[in-house]
Amino acid sequence: MPEIAAIEVTALFKRYPRVTALDGVSLRVEQGEFFGLLGPNGAGKTTLISIVAGLARASSGRALVMGHDVVDDYRAARSRIGVVPQELVFDPFFTVRETLRFQSGYFGLRRNDEWIDEVMANLDLAAKADANMRTLSGGMKRRVLVAQALVHRPSVIVLDEPTAGVDVELRQGLWAFIRRLNREGHTIVLTTHYLEEAQQLCGRVGMLEGGRLIALDRTQALLHRLADVQVRLRLRGDLPPALRAQAVEQGDGRVRLRVGSAADVEGVLAACREAGSGIEEVEVGHADLEDVFMQLIAGDRERRAA
Amino acid sequence: MSGVDVTAGAGKDPGSPPSRGRPRISPAATSAAGFRTLLAKEVLRFWKVSFQTVAAPVLTGVLYLLVFGHVLEDRVEVFPGVGYTAFLIPGLVMMSLLQNAFANSSSSLIQSKITGNLVFVLLPPISNREFFLAYVAAAVTRGLVVGAGVLAVTVWFAPPPLRAPLWIVVFALAGSALLGVLGMIAGIVSEKFDQLAAFQNFVIMPATFLSGVFYSVNGLPPFWQAVSHLNPFFYMIDGFRYGFFAVADTSPWLSLAIVLAALAVASAIALSMLARGYKLRS
Repeated sequence: MPEIAAIEVTALFKRYPRVTALDGVSLRVEQGEFFGLLGPNGAGKTTLISIVAGLARASSGRALVMGHDVVDDYRAARSRIGVVPQELVFDPFFTVRETLRFQSGYFGLRRNDEWIDEVMANLDLAAKADANMRTLSGGMKRRVLVAQALVHRPSVIVLDEPTAGVDVELRQGLWAFIRRLNREGHTIVLTTHYLEEAQQLCGRVGMLEGGRLIALDRTQALLHRLADVQVRLRLRGDLPPALRAQAVEQGDGRVRLRVGSAADVEGVLAACREAGSGIEEVEVGHADLEDVFMQLIAGDRERRAA
Repeated sequence: MSGVDVTAGAGKDPGSPPSRGRPRISPAATSAAGFRTLLAKEVLRFWKVSFQTVAAPVLTGVLYLLVFGHVLEDRVEVFPGVGYTAFLIPGLVMMSLLQNAFANSSSSLIQSKITGNLVFVLLPPISNREFFLAYVAAAVTRGLVVGAGVLAVTVWFAPPPLRAPLWIVVFALAGSALLGVLGMIAGIVSEKFDQLAAFQNFVIMPATFLSGVFYSVNGLPPFWQAVSHLNPFFYMIDGFRYGFFAVADTSPWLSLAIVLAALAVASAIALSMLARGYKLRS
Protein backbone atom coordinates (compact mmCIF):
# COMPACT_ATOMS: atom_id res chain seq x y z
CA MET A 1 0.00 0.00 0.00
CA PRO A 2 1.45 3.36 -0.93
CA GLU A 3 2.19 5.87 1.77
CA ILE A 4 -0.48 8.43 2.56
CA ALA A 5 -0.19 11.35 0.16
CA ALA A 6 0.42 14.83 1.54
CA ILE A 7 -2.26 16.07 -0.83
CA GLU A 8 -4.51 13.99 -2.98
CA VAL A 9 -7.24 15.39 -5.17
CA THR A 10 -9.48 13.27 -7.32
CA ALA A 11 -11.64 14.43 -10.22
CA LEU A 12 -11.96 17.91 -8.78
CA PHE A 13 -14.40 20.24 -10.50
CA LYS A 14 -15.22 23.81 -9.60
CA ARG A 15 -17.88 25.47 -11.68
CA TYR A 16 -18.99 29.05 -11.31
CA PRO A 17 -22.04 30.32 -13.18
CA ARG A 18 -19.95 31.69 -16.04
CA VAL A 19 -16.71 29.80 -15.86
CA THR A 20 -15.31 26.40 -14.99
CA ALA A 21 -12.31 27.11 -12.78
CA LEU A 22 -11.32 23.45 -12.32
CA ASP A 23 -12.19 20.92 -14.97
CA GLY A 24 -11.56 17.52 -13.43
CA VAL A 25 -8.16 17.75 -11.77
CA SER A 26 -6.60 14.67 -10.18
CA LEU A 27 -3.25 14.99 -8.51
CA ARG A 28 -1.14 13.42 -5.79
CA VAL A 29 1.63 15.20 -3.92
CA GLU A 30 3.77 12.82 -1.89
CA GLN A 31 5.04 13.56 1.60
CA GLY A 32 8.31 15.44 1.67
CA GLU A 33 8.04 16.71 -1.89
CA PHE A 34 8.79 20.22 -3.06
CA PHE A 35 6.01 20.52 -5.60
CA GLY A 36 5.32 23.34 -8.01
CA LEU A 37 1.89 24.19 -9.29
CA LEU A 38 2.34 26.29 -12.37
CA GLY A 39 0.09 27.97 -14.83
CA PRO A 40 -0.84 31.33 -16.28
CA ASN A 41 -3.16 33.67 -14.38
CA GLY A 42 -6.65 32.26 -14.22
CA ALA A 43 -5.48 28.70 -14.79
CA GLY A 44 -7.09 27.52 -11.54
CA LYS A 45 -4.06 27.37 -9.21
CA THR A 46 -5.57 29.45 -6.42
CA THR A 47 -8.95 27.73 -6.76
CA LEU A 48 -7.27 24.35 -6.36
CA ILE A 49 -5.37 25.51 -3.30
CA SER A 50 -8.47 27.13 -1.81
CA ILE A 51 -10.38 23.86 -2.06
CA VAL A 52 -7.54 21.89 -0.47
CA ALA A 53 -7.33 24.49 2.35
CA GLY A 54 -11.11 24.51 2.89
CA LEU A 55 -11.54 28.12 1.78
CA ALA A 56 -13.68 27.11 -1.16
CA ARG A 57 -15.90 24.15 -1.90
CA ALA A 58 -15.56 21.89 -4.88
CA SER A 59 -18.57 21.42 -7.15
CA SER A 60 -17.61 17.75 -7.23
CA GLY A 61 -14.63 15.55 -6.54
CA ARG A 62 -12.59 14.94 -3.44
CA ALA A 63 -9.56 16.47 -1.73
CA LEU A 64 -7.48 14.90 1.05
CA VAL A 65 -4.72 16.39 3.18
CA MET A 66 -2.52 13.73 4.80
CA GLY A 67 -5.34 11.28 4.18
CA HIS A 68 -8.05 13.45 5.74
CA ASP A 69 -10.99 14.63 3.69
CA VAL A 70 -11.07 18.44 3.66
CA VAL A 71 -14.86 18.49 4.09
CA ASP A 72 -15.81 15.43 6.17
CA ASP A 73 -12.71 15.49 8.35
CA TYR A 74 -11.88 19.18 8.08
CA ARG A 75 -10.43 19.51 11.58
CA ALA A 76 -7.74 16.93 10.96
CA ALA A 77 -7.14 18.17 7.41
CA ARG A 78 -6.83 21.84 8.33
CA SER A 79 -4.59 21.24 11.32
CA ARG A 80 -2.09 19.56 8.98
CA ILE A 81 -1.87 22.27 6.36
CA GLY A 82 -0.51 25.81 6.52
CA VAL A 83 -1.34 28.26 3.77
CA VAL A 84 0.43 31.48 2.86
CA PRO A 85 -2.22 33.40 0.93
CA GLN A 86 -1.40 35.33 -2.19
CA GLU A 87 -2.89 38.64 -1.04
CA LEU A 88 -0.94 40.69 1.46
CA VAL A 89 -3.62 40.56 4.16
CA PHE A 90 -3.27 41.50 7.82
CA ASP A 91 -5.37 42.51 10.80
CA PRO A 92 -4.56 46.17 11.59
CA PHE A 93 -5.73 45.89 15.21
CA PHE A 94 -2.88 43.73 16.44
CA THR A 95 0.87 43.45 16.85
CA VAL A 96 2.96 40.73 15.21
CA ARG A 97 3.11 38.69 18.40
CA GLU A 98 -0.62 39.03 19.06
CA THR A 99 -1.34 38.00 15.49
CA LEU A 100 0.79 34.87 15.86
CA ARG A 101 -0.60 34.01 19.30
CA PHE A 102 -4.15 34.25 18.03
CA GLN A 103 -3.35 32.17 14.97
CA SER A 104 -1.79 29.57 17.21
CA GLY A 105 -4.81 29.55 19.51
CA TYR A 106 -7.17 28.96 16.58
CA PHE A 107 -5.33 25.70 16.07
CA GLY A 108 -5.71 24.71 19.70
CA LEU A 109 -2.16 25.67 20.75
CA ARG A 110 -2.45 28.16 23.56
CA ARG A 111 1.04 28.00 25.06
CA ASN A 112 3.15 28.14 21.99
CA ASP A 113 5.42 31.12 22.62
CA GLU A 114 8.63 29.17 22.33
CA TRP A 115 7.83 28.08 18.82
CA ILE A 116 6.41 31.50 17.90
CA ASP A 117 9.70 33.08 18.97
CA GLU A 118 11.58 30.51 16.93
CA VAL A 119 9.56 31.21 13.80
CA MET A 120 9.93 34.96 14.27
CA ALA A 121 13.69 34.57 14.68
CA ASN A 122 13.93 32.50 11.51
CA LEU A 123 11.99 35.05 9.52
CA ASP A 124 13.87 38.03 11.00
CA LEU A 125 10.73 39.27 12.66
CA ALA A 126 11.90 39.29 16.27
CA ALA A 127 12.71 43.00 16.30
CA LYS A 128 9.17 43.73 15.10
CA ALA A 129 7.39 41.40 17.54
CA ASP A 130 5.60 44.23 19.32
CA ALA A 131 5.06 46.48 16.32
CA ASN A 132 1.53 46.94 15.05
CA MET A 133 0.87 45.17 11.77
CA ARG A 134 -0.14 48.46 10.16
CA THR A 135 3.34 49.89 10.61
CA LEU A 136 5.19 47.06 8.81
CA SER A 137 6.55 47.28 5.29
CA GLY A 138 5.15 45.01 2.58
CA GLY A 139 8.04 42.60 2.87
CA MET A 140 7.63 42.35 6.65
CA LYS A 141 3.90 41.74 6.28
CA ARG A 142 4.71 38.93 3.87
CA ARG A 143 7.00 37.35 6.47
CA VAL A 144 4.23 37.51 9.07
CA LEU A 145 1.96 35.69 6.62
CA VAL A 146 4.56 32.95 6.34
CA ALA A 147 4.91 32.84 10.14
CA GLN A 148 1.13 32.58 10.52
CA ALA A 149 1.09 29.58 8.22
CA LEU A 150 3.73 27.86 10.37
CA VAL A 151 2.45 28.46 13.93
CA HIS A 152 0.82 25.03 14.13
CA ARG A 153 3.80 23.23 12.51
CA PRO A 154 1.81 21.88 9.59
CA SER A 155 3.05 18.84 7.69
CA VAL A 156 2.06 20.47 4.42
CA ILE A 157 2.93 24.08 3.63
CA VAL A 158 1.29 25.78 0.69
CA LEU A 159 2.67 29.03 -0.64
CA ASP A 160 0.49 30.83 -3.15
CA GLU A 161 2.68 33.17 -5.22
CA PRO A 162 4.79 34.03 -2.16
CA THR A 163 7.33 36.16 -3.97
CA ALA A 164 5.00 38.36 -5.98
CA GLY A 165 6.27 41.88 -5.43
CA VAL A 166 8.96 40.81 -2.98
CA ASP A 167 12.49 42.18 -3.11
CA VAL A 168 15.45 39.96 -3.94
CA GLU A 169 16.85 39.83 -0.42
CA LEU A 170 13.61 38.61 1.12
CA ARG A 171 13.12 36.19 -1.74
CA GLN A 172 16.51 34.56 -1.07
CA GLY A 173 15.93 34.46 2.68
CA LEU A 174 12.46 33.06 2.27
CA TRP A 175 13.60 30.29 -0.05
CA ALA A 176 16.46 29.35 2.26
CA PHE A 177 13.98 28.95 5.12
CA ILE A 178 11.42 27.06 3.03
CA ARG A 179 14.11 24.74 1.69
CA ARG A 180 15.18 24.01 5.23
CA LEU A 181 11.60 23.20 6.21
CA ASN A 182 11.43 20.88 3.22
CA ARG A 183 14.66 19.14 4.25
CA GLU A 184 13.23 18.66 7.71
CA GLY A 185 10.30 16.74 6.29
CA HIS A 186 7.64 19.28 5.45
CA THR A 187 5.88 18.92 2.14
CA ILE A 188 5.99 22.18 0.21
CA VAL A 189 3.52 23.15 -2.47
CA LEU A 190 4.36 26.30 -4.35
CA THR A 191 2.32 28.13 -6.92
CA THR A 192 4.17 30.63 -8.98
CA HIS A 193 4.34 32.05 -12.41
CA TYR A 194 8.05 32.72 -12.01
CA LEU A 195 9.08 29.60 -13.85
CA GLU A 196 12.72 30.11 -13.08
CA GLU A 197 11.95 29.85 -9.39
CA ALA A 198 9.99 26.66 -9.89
CA GLN A 199 12.78 25.17 -11.97
CA GLN A 200 15.31 25.83 -9.22
CA LEU A 201 13.19 24.70 -6.28
CA CYS A 202 10.66 22.11 -7.29
CA GLY A 203 11.43 18.44 -7.73
CA ARG A 204 8.15 17.91 -9.50
CA VAL A 205 5.69 20.22 -11.15
CA GLY A 206 2.10 20.18 -12.31
CA MET A 207 0.97 22.58 -15.00
CA LEU A 208 -2.55 23.89 -15.04
CA GLU A 209 -4.17 25.54 -18.01
CA GLY A 210 -7.85 26.41 -18.27
CA GLY A 211 -8.63 24.41 -15.14
CA ARG A 212 -7.02 21.23 -16.43
CA LEU A 213 -3.76 19.55 -15.54
CA ILE A 214 -1.81 19.48 -18.79
CA ALA A 215 1.44 18.13 -17.38
CA LEU A 216 2.55 16.41 -14.21
CA ASP A 217 6.09 15.17 -14.00
CA ARG A 218 9.49 15.54 -12.40
CA THR A 219 10.92 18.91 -13.31
CA GLN A 220 13.97 17.30 -14.94
CA ALA A 221 11.86 14.87 -16.93
CA LEU A 222 9.73 17.71 -18.13
CA LEU A 223 12.82 19.60 -19.25
CA HIS A 224 14.04 16.49 -21.05
CA ARG A 225 10.82 16.32 -23.00
CA LEU A 226 12.32 19.11 -24.99
CA ALA A 227 15.77 18.21 -26.19
CA ASP A 228 18.31 19.30 -23.66
CA VAL A 229 20.22 21.46 -26.12
CA GLN A 230 18.86 24.11 -28.40
CA VAL A 231 20.68 25.91 -31.21
CA ARG A 232 19.63 29.39 -32.18
CA LEU A 233 20.72 30.44 -35.66
CA ARG A 234 20.47 33.51 -37.81
CA LEU A 235 20.60 32.56 -41.45
CA ARG A 236 20.87 34.52 -44.63
CA GLY A 237 19.09 31.84 -46.65
CA ASP A 238 16.41 29.25 -45.85
CA LEU A 239 16.60 26.51 -43.30
CA PRO A 240 17.58 23.26 -45.05
CA PRO A 241 14.49 21.00 -45.39
CA ALA A 242 16.26 18.21 -43.47
CA LEU A 243 16.34 20.35 -40.33
CA ARG A 244 12.75 21.62 -40.44
CA ALA A 245 11.41 18.91 -38.15
CA GLN A 246 13.74 20.10 -35.40
CA ALA A 247 12.64 23.74 -35.51
CA VAL A 248 10.98 24.99 -32.31
CA GLU A 249 10.57 28.54 -33.43
CA GLN A 250 11.13 30.14 -36.79
CA GLY A 251 10.78 33.57 -38.31
CA ASP A 252 12.66 36.69 -39.34
CA GLY A 253 15.66 34.71 -40.55
CA ARG A 254 16.06 33.41 -37.02
CA VAL A 255 15.45 29.83 -36.05
CA ARG A 256 15.59 27.78 -32.90
CA LEU A 257 16.35 24.08 -33.29
CA ARG A 258 16.17 21.17 -30.94
CA VAL A 259 19.16 18.84 -30.98
CA GLY A 260 19.85 15.70 -29.01
CA SER A 261 23.14 16.79 -27.49
CA ALA A 262 25.99 19.24 -27.91
CA ALA A 263 27.68 16.84 -30.31
CA ASP A 264 24.78 17.14 -32.73
CA VAL A 265 25.37 20.86 -33.10
CA GLU A 266 28.14 20.14 -35.55
CA GLY A 267 25.78 18.22 -37.83
CA VAL A 268 23.32 21.08 -37.83
CA LEU A 269 26.01 23.57 -38.82
CA ALA A 270 27.33 21.24 -41.55
CA ALA A 271 23.84 20.80 -42.99
CA CYS A 272 23.39 24.58 -43.14
CA ARG A 273 26.74 25.04 -44.79
CA GLU A 274 26.06 22.38 -47.40
CA ALA A 275 22.69 23.89 -48.25
CA GLY A 276 24.32 27.32 -48.55
CA SER A 277 22.04 28.83 -45.89
CA GLY A 278 24.73 31.28 -44.78
CA ILE A 279 25.07 31.26 -40.99
CA GLU A 280 25.31 34.75 -39.45
CA GLU A 281 24.92 33.97 -35.76
CA VAL A 282 25.05 30.82 -33.62
CA GLU A 283 23.98 30.47 -30.01
CA VAL A 284 23.79 27.21 -28.08
CA GLY A 285 21.63 26.93 -24.95
CA HIS A 286 19.32 24.75 -22.89
CA ALA A 287 15.57 24.57 -22.94
CA ASP A 288 14.02 25.96 -19.78
CA LEU A 289 10.74 25.38 -18.06
CA GLU A 290 9.25 28.29 -19.90
CA ASP A 291 9.88 26.56 -23.23
CA VAL A 292 8.23 23.42 -21.96
CA PHE A 293 5.38 25.44 -20.59
CA MET A 294 4.78 27.39 -23.78
CA GLN A 295 4.94 24.27 -25.85
CA LEU A 296 2.53 22.37 -23.63
CA ILE A 297 0.06 25.22 -23.56
CA ALA A 298 0.22 25.67 -27.32
CA GLY A 299 -0.26 21.92 -27.80
CA ASP A 300 -3.18 21.87 -25.41
CA ARG A 301 -4.87 24.80 -27.13
CA GLU A 302 -4.44 23.18 -30.53
CA ARG A 303 -5.93 19.93 -29.26
CA ARG A 304 -8.91 21.75 -27.84
CA ALA A 305 -9.45 23.77 -30.98
CA ALA A 306 -9.42 20.60 -33.08
CA MET B 1 19.16 30.80 12.50
CA SER B 2 18.62 28.59 15.48
CA GLY B 3 20.24 25.23 15.75
CA VAL B 4 17.24 23.54 17.30
CA ASP B 5 15.39 21.09 15.13
CA VAL B 6 12.22 23.08 15.18
CA THR B 7 10.18 20.94 12.89
CA ALA B 8 10.80 17.42 14.10
CA GLY B 9 7.88 15.16 13.49
CA ALA B 10 6.54 17.00 10.50
CA GLY B 11 5.32 14.79 7.74
CA LYS B 12 4.42 11.88 10.00
CA ASP B 13 1.34 9.84 9.32
CA PRO B 14 -1.79 11.44 10.68
CA GLY B 15 -2.34 8.72 13.22
CA SER B 16 1.21 8.66 14.56
CA PRO B 17 1.80 9.53 18.21
CA PRO B 18 2.90 13.07 18.97
CA SER B 19 6.60 13.63 18.88
CA ARG B 20 8.59 16.38 20.52
CA GLY B 21 8.24 18.74 17.63
CA ARG B 22 4.64 18.30 16.65
CA PRO B 23 2.28 18.98 19.52
CA ARG B 24 -0.79 16.81 19.50
CA ILE B 25 -3.84 18.78 18.52
CA SER B 26 -6.79 16.80 19.85
CA PRO B 27 -10.17 17.66 18.35
CA ALA B 28 -11.65 18.59 21.74
CA ALA B 29 -8.74 20.88 22.61
CA THR B 30 -8.91 22.58 19.22
CA SER B 31 -12.61 23.04 19.63
CA ALA B 32 -12.48 24.78 23.00
CA ALA B 33 -9.30 26.71 22.28
CA GLY B 34 -10.48 27.84 18.85
CA PHE B 35 -13.64 29.30 20.34
CA ARG B 36 -11.82 30.90 23.28
CA THR B 37 -9.11 32.39 21.09
CA LEU B 38 -11.58 33.81 18.58
CA LEU B 39 -13.67 35.26 21.41
CA ALA B 40 -10.57 36.79 23.02
CA LYS B 41 -9.47 38.26 19.69
CA GLU B 42 -12.92 39.75 19.06
CA VAL B 43 -13.10 41.29 22.55
CA LEU B 44 -9.57 42.68 22.29
CA ARG B 45 -10.43 44.11 18.88
CA PHE B 46 -13.16 46.39 20.23
CA TRP B 47 -11.33 47.01 23.49
CA LYS B 48 -8.28 48.36 21.67
CA VAL B 49 -10.46 51.08 20.21
CA SER B 50 -12.69 51.48 23.27
CA PHE B 51 -12.78 55.24 22.92
CA GLN B 52 -14.75 54.69 19.76
CA THR B 53 -16.60 51.50 20.68
CA VAL B 54 -17.46 52.13 24.33
CA ALA B 55 -16.91 55.78 25.33
CA ALA B 56 -18.64 57.25 22.27
CA PRO B 57 -21.92 55.33 22.66
CA VAL B 58 -21.95 56.08 26.40
CA LEU B 59 -21.67 59.79 25.62
CA THR B 60 -24.46 59.52 23.04
CA GLY B 61 -26.68 57.87 25.65
CA VAL B 62 -26.02 60.65 28.13
CA LEU B 63 -26.81 63.32 25.52
CA TYR B 64 -30.17 61.70 24.78
CA LEU B 65 -30.91 61.64 28.47
CA LEU B 66 -29.94 65.28 28.99
CA VAL B 67 -31.94 66.56 26.04
CA PHE B 68 -35.10 64.46 26.25
CA GLY B 69 -35.05 64.21 30.03
CA HIS B 70 -34.77 67.96 30.42
CA VAL B 71 -37.46 68.79 27.88
CA LEU B 72 -39.98 66.15 28.89
CA GLU B 73 -39.38 65.55 32.60
CA ASP B 74 -42.29 67.67 33.82
CA ARG B 75 -44.63 67.02 30.93
CA VAL B 76 -44.79 63.27 30.61
CA GLU B 77 -45.60 60.60 33.14
CA VAL B 78 -45.53 57.25 31.41
CA PHE B 79 -45.96 54.94 34.37
CA PRO B 80 -47.73 56.18 37.52
CA GLY B 81 -45.24 57.55 40.03
CA VAL B 82 -42.24 57.17 37.68
CA GLY B 83 -40.60 60.36 36.43
CA TYR B 84 -39.77 60.62 32.69
CA THR B 85 -36.00 60.63 33.22
CA ALA B 86 -36.18 57.49 35.33
CA PHE B 87 -38.42 55.89 32.68
CA LEU B 88 -36.02 56.86 29.93
CA ILE B 89 -32.83 55.46 31.51
CA PRO B 90 -33.54 51.73 31.05
CA GLY B 91 -34.70 52.40 27.49
CA LEU B 92 -31.47 54.24 26.64
CA VAL B 93 -29.37 51.55 28.31
CA MET B 94 -31.08 48.83 26.31
CA MET B 95 -30.95 50.82 23.06
CA SER B 96 -27.19 51.35 23.41
CA LEU B 97 -26.67 47.73 24.37
CA LEU B 98 -28.58 46.45 21.34
CA GLN B 99 -26.99 48.81 18.83
CA ASN B 100 -23.49 48.04 20.02
CA ALA B 101 -24.01 44.29 20.05
CA PHE B 102 -25.09 44.60 16.41
CA ALA B 103 -22.22 46.90 15.55
CA ASN B 104 -19.63 44.54 17.00
CA SER B 105 -20.29 41.39 15.01
CA SER B 106 -21.32 43.19 11.83
CA SER B 107 -18.39 45.60 11.65
CA SER B 108 -15.83 42.97 12.58
CA LEU B 109 -17.04 40.62 9.87
CA ILE B 110 -17.33 43.20 7.14
CA GLN B 111 -13.90 44.64 7.92
CA SER B 112 -12.34 41.20 7.88
CA LYS B 113 -14.10 40.33 4.66
CA ILE B 114 -13.11 43.53 2.89
CA THR B 115 -9.50 43.55 4.07
CA GLY B 116 -9.27 39.81 3.45
CA ASN B 117 -8.00 38.85 6.89
CA LEU B 118 -11.04 36.65 7.54
CA VAL B 119 -8.90 33.99 5.88
CA PHE B 120 -6.97 33.64 9.16
CA VAL B 121 -10.16 32.48 10.86
CA LEU B 122 -11.34 30.35 7.92
CA LEU B 123 -8.10 28.35 7.55
CA PRO B 124 -7.92 26.90 11.10
CA PRO B 125 -10.01 23.94 12.26
CA ILE B 126 -12.73 26.11 13.83
CA SER B 127 -16.24 24.69 13.47
CA ASN B 128 -19.21 26.75 12.32
CA ARG B 129 -20.74 26.51 15.77
CA GLU B 130 -17.57 27.82 17.47
CA PHE B 131 -17.31 30.60 14.90
CA PHE B 132 -20.93 31.52 15.53
CA LEU B 133 -20.65 31.39 19.33
CA ALA B 134 -17.41 33.38 19.45
CA TYR B 135 -18.74 36.27 17.36
CA VAL B 136 -22.04 36.32 19.27
CA ALA B 137 -20.35 36.12 22.69
CA ALA B 138 -18.07 39.03 21.75
CA ALA B 139 -21.12 41.02 20.62
CA VAL B 140 -22.85 40.24 23.94
CA THR B 141 -19.71 41.36 25.80
CA ARG B 142 -19.59 44.68 23.95
CA GLY B 143 -23.34 45.18 24.41
CA LEU B 144 -23.09 44.53 28.15
CA VAL B 145 -20.03 46.76 28.58
CA VAL B 146 -21.66 49.67 26.75
CA GLY B 147 -25.02 49.09 28.47
CA ALA B 148 -23.33 49.02 31.89
CA GLY B 149 -21.42 52.19 30.96
CA VAL B 150 -24.59 54.06 29.96
CA LEU B 151 -26.33 52.86 33.14
CA ALA B 152 -23.40 53.84 35.35
CA VAL B 153 -23.34 57.36 33.94
CA THR B 154 -27.09 58.05 33.68
CA VAL B 155 -28.27 56.39 36.88
CA TRP B 156 -27.30 59.47 38.91
CA PHE B 157 -29.80 61.68 37.15
CA ALA B 158 -32.82 59.75 38.46
CA PRO B 159 -32.00 56.41 40.08
CA PRO B 160 -34.60 53.92 38.81
CA PRO B 161 -35.66 51.16 41.23
CA LEU B 162 -34.49 47.60 40.64
CA ARG B 163 -37.73 45.72 41.28
CA ALA B 164 -36.98 42.54 39.34
CA PRO B 165 -33.24 42.49 38.57
CA LEU B 166 -33.23 38.97 37.15
CA TRP B 167 -35.33 40.20 34.23
CA ILE B 168 -32.76 42.91 33.59
CA VAL B 169 -30.02 40.32 33.23
CA VAL B 170 -32.14 37.94 31.17
CA PHE B 171 -33.20 40.61 28.65
CA ALA B 172 -29.74 42.17 28.46
CA LEU B 173 -28.29 38.75 27.55
CA ALA B 174 -31.05 37.64 25.20
CA GLY B 175 -31.28 41.05 23.51
CA SER B 176 -27.57 41.46 22.93
CA ALA B 177 -27.33 37.87 21.68
CA LEU B 178 -30.15 38.47 19.21
CA LEU B 179 -28.54 41.66 17.91
CA GLY B 180 -25.14 39.95 17.79
CA VAL B 181 -26.65 37.26 15.57
CA LEU B 182 -28.42 39.83 13.39
CA GLY B 183 -25.10 41.68 13.10
CA MET B 184 -23.44 38.47 12.01
CA ILE B 185 -26.07 37.89 9.32
CA ALA B 186 -25.72 41.50 8.11
CA GLY B 187 -21.92 41.19 8.13
CA ILE B 188 -22.03 37.98 6.10
CA VAL B 189 -24.59 39.22 3.58
CA SER B 190 -23.04 42.68 3.04
CA GLU B 191 -20.23 42.98 0.56
CA LYS B 192 -19.55 46.66 1.05
CA PHE B 193 -19.61 49.08 3.96
CA ASP B 194 -22.55 51.04 2.53
CA GLN B 195 -24.67 47.89 2.32
CA LEU B 196 -24.04 47.32 6.00
CA ALA B 197 -24.73 50.99 6.75
CA ALA B 198 -28.07 50.66 4.93
CA PHE B 199 -28.97 47.68 7.08
CA GLN B 200 -28.01 49.64 10.17
CA ASN B 201 -29.75 52.90 9.21
CA PHE B 202 -32.89 51.53 7.60
CA VAL B 203 -33.57 48.46 9.75
CA ILE B 204 -31.82 48.56 13.11
CA MET B 205 -32.12 52.29 13.85
CA PRO B 206 -35.85 52.66 13.03
CA ALA B 207 -36.66 49.42 14.84
CA THR B 208 -34.87 50.58 18.01
CA PHE B 209 -36.28 54.11 17.89
CA LEU B 210 -39.84 52.90 17.29
CA SER B 211 -39.74 50.34 20.06
CA GLY B 212 -40.73 52.45 23.05
CA VAL B 213 -37.34 53.69 24.18
CA PHE B 214 -38.67 57.23 24.51
CA TYR B 215 -42.36 56.57 25.17
CA SER B 216 -44.82 53.92 26.28
CA VAL B 217 -46.34 52.11 23.35
CA ASN B 218 -49.67 52.15 25.22
CA GLY B 219 -49.85 55.90 24.69
CA LEU B 220 -49.89 55.47 20.88
CA PRO B 221 -52.99 55.40 18.66
CA PRO B 222 -54.34 51.82 18.26
CA PHE B 223 -52.88 51.37 14.77
CA TRP B 224 -49.35 52.25 15.81
CA GLN B 225 -49.76 50.18 18.96
CA ALA B 226 -50.50 47.20 16.75
CA VAL B 227 -47.52 47.99 14.52
CA SER B 228 -45.22 48.31 17.55
CA HIS B 229 -46.28 44.86 18.71
CA LEU B 230 -44.84 43.43 15.50
CA ASN B 231 -41.43 44.86 16.34
CA PRO B 232 -39.21 42.44 18.30
CA PHE B 233 -37.25 45.40 19.66
CA PHE B 234 -40.36 46.54 21.52
CA TYR B 235 -40.35 43.31 23.55
CA MET B 236 -36.64 43.61 24.38
CA ILE B 237 -37.02 47.17 25.66
CA ASP B 238 -40.30 46.47 27.42
CA GLY B 239 -39.03 43.33 29.16
CA PHE B 240 -35.79 45.05 30.16
CA ARG B 241 -37.72 47.99 31.59
CA TYR B 242 -39.96 45.61 33.53
CA GLY B 243 -36.89 44.57 35.49
CA PHE B 244 -36.55 48.11 36.83
CA PHE B 245 -40.17 49.12 37.51
CA ALA B 246 -42.06 45.81 37.59
CA VAL B 247 -44.47 47.63 35.27
CA ALA B 248 -44.48 47.23 31.49
CA ASP B 249 -46.67 47.52 28.43
CA THR B 250 -46.91 43.76 28.10
CA SER B 251 -46.07 40.65 30.15
CA PRO B 252 -42.31 39.99 30.50
CA TRP B 253 -42.97 36.29 29.88
CA LEU B 254 -44.55 37.08 26.53
CA SER B 255 -41.66 39.42 25.75
CA LEU B 256 -39.10 36.77 26.65
CA ALA B 257 -40.87 34.13 24.58
CA ILE B 258 -40.86 36.43 21.55
CA VAL B 259 -37.23 37.47 21.99
CA LEU B 260 -36.09 33.86 22.38
CA ALA B 261 -38.13 32.80 19.37
CA ALA B 262 -36.52 35.59 17.32
CA LEU B 263 -33.11 34.52 18.63
CA ALA B 264 -33.76 30.92 17.62
CA VAL B 265 -34.88 31.90 14.11
CA ALA B 266 -31.97 34.32 13.57
CA SER B 267 -29.46 31.74 14.89
CA ALA B 268 -30.86 29.07 12.59
CA ILE B 269 -30.45 31.42 9.63
CA ALA B 270 -26.89 32.41 10.60
CA LEU B 271 -25.83 28.80 11.22
CA SER B 272 -27.28 27.66 7.94
CA MET B 273 -25.37 30.44 6.15
CA LEU B 274 -22.18 29.25 7.83
CA ALA B 275 -22.92 25.62 7.02
CA ARG B 276 -23.37 26.50 3.35
CA GLY B 277 -20.29 28.70 3.42
CA TYR B 278 -22.53 31.47 2.09
CA LYS B 279 -20.31 34.35 0.92
CA LEU B 280 -17.50 33.11 3.18
CA ARG B 281 -16.29 29.90 1.56
CA SER B 282 -17.03 30.49 -2.10
